[in-house]
Amino acid sequence: MKKLHTISTILLLIFAVSVFAGSGKNFVQIKGSDTMVNLGQAWAEKYMELNPTDFISVTGGGSGTGLSALISATCDIAMSSRNIKPKEIELAGKKGIKPFEIKVALDGLAVVVNPKNPVSKLTLGQLADIFTGKTTNWKQLGGQDGKIVILSREVNSGTHVYFKEHVLRKNDPASTAEFAPSALMLSSSQAIADEVAGNPDAIGYYGMGYISSKQKAILVAKDPNSEFIAPKIDNVISGKYPISRPLLLYTNGEPAGLVKKIVDFALSKEGQDIVLKTDFVPVVK
Amino acid sequence: MRKFKEFLIEKLILICGLASIFFVVLIFLFLLKEGLAVFKTVSPAKFLLGSKWYPISEPPQLGILPLILGSLLVTLGAAVISIPIGVASAIYIAEVAPLKLKEILKAGIELLAAIPSVVLGFIGMVTLVPWVKNIFHLPTGLTALSGSIMLAFMAMPTIVSIAEDALYSIPKSYKEGALALGATRWQAIWRVMLPAASSGILAAVMLGLGRVIGETMAVMMITGNAAVIPHSILQPTRTLTATIAAEMGEAVVGSEHYFALFAIGIVLFVISFGINVTADIFLHKRKW
Repeated sequence: MKKLHTISTILLLIFAVSVFAGSGKNFVQIKGSDTMVNLGQAWAEKYMELNPTDFISVTGGGSGTGLSALISATCDIAMSSRNIKPKEIELAGKKGIKPFEIKVALDGLAVVVNPKNPVSKLTLGQLADIFTGKTTNWKQLGGQDGKIVILSREVNSGTHVYFKEHVLRKNDPASTAEFAPSALMLSSSQAIADEVAGNPDAIGYYGMGYISSKQKAILVAKDPNSEFIAPKIDNVISGKYPISRPLLLYTNGEPAGLVKKIVDFALSKEGQDIVLKTDFVPVVK
Repeated sequence: MRKFKEFLIEKLILICGLASIFFVVLIFLFLLKEGLAVFKTVSPAKFLLGSKWYPISEPPQLGILPLILGSLLVTLGAAVISIPIGVASAIYIAEVAPLKLKEILKAGIELLAAIPSVVLGFIGMVTLVPWVKNIFHLPTGLTALSGSIMLAFMAMPTIVSIAEDALYSIPKSYKEGALALGATRWQAIWRVMLPAASSGILAAVMLGLGRVIGETMAVMMITGNAAVIPHSILQPTRTLTATIAAEMGEAVVGSEHYFALFAIGIVLFVISFGINVTADIFLHKRKW
């Protein structure tokens, strides 16, 4: 009986503490882009090490998930690998939320093929033709005879949206280009990396951090007359690599209090070192 | 006092019994409310028969025909593989196997049912997918066939255990009568036992297929998820379930995309409801 009493006291204490943590001002919920989860987690760990009284929780789910959580006020900071859509801003406005954008890092998107594939450089135009299904055989690009297998992320991925808008549609808002219906939609960057590693006819795209020796990163040029550039951190910083995107945090209004402390930490020297360590490109030097 | 207690318990149990029906009705109403809203933007015919699924474009194209056909193709493939093997092993367990082996086999099949689908999907992705690609010389192994094979494993435990039950519950006199009339063992099974248990076996098949069509994780991992109208089982396909699972996270609440996903839910609900009702009809036909 006494034991039971002790246990219930402990449970009650845990409950009280968690309620306090939830309602208190030392708890921040970060949610969003799967691309940025590792980065957010690394920031949170370091930050909590420096400020043991504050508590940060980081979860993924996709850029859209994070932004809709911000809009419904279930998270304090949304991570996003794409810009917020006008529709989302409108929806936020209705609920009294003012999304505030902070650029925290850059990410180069690598286009990858199997190392056995002789094709090693492509222009943005050629990439658009491949992914929309106009070019269907590697022979047309100077490779071996083989049907191109297009690999894409699912539509819940910010990477998918970015690639469509900036490569397939070439930044033209009037364009209606789409991924070929035959494109395989894989649920993670790792799944794309695995399929490319095992399939000589496959082509896919993902954040630079996922490149390994089992895949070959394609050199990309803006147009046939420009230089072919490799997806490397230096080339993303200098802006030479044509497919790079900002990684963003969204807060409700200008950050204040603990949220501001966390955002400031992310932009500090220490925070940006973590960016580099997780294979992204810092925005502040 | 005793009567009151009896009364109280009776009513409590009644409430518990009704709760599940109540929840099903609530779920269905919620599905209808959220799903039917999509028909403000697309007509039902265009939704069900449209061949383009680009939910996040402006304006979104919401045709789920490729998804319906994808689900049906994968299910059909799984049925072709799992029904003969499942029914045959049910016959073996019920009629042929010695007692000791019977126990081992039954335990093994229960174990198969206990494997989480994500684990099966993962195993399929690293073993089956490259195998399918090499055997058929395909550009990719992420095909409907891979999904069918993996799903057949998932349907098998249901089919075997229910079909075995059906065979077991046939009165002994049927078999004894057949043997006494000079039938061989095989004749007795094929001509007497199977027809007698046919409604139970059909129910087993239906319930197995119900499980297959609702399965999500494994198909999402190994069928490639390309929203094209499939022309062969060696092509990548996208199923209804995988679409909901993959896209729900992104859909902005209140957008056409969000409503469309709920409408897919209604379609799935109707399909599996149909399958379960058919199974039920077959199960209740069995009267001795």
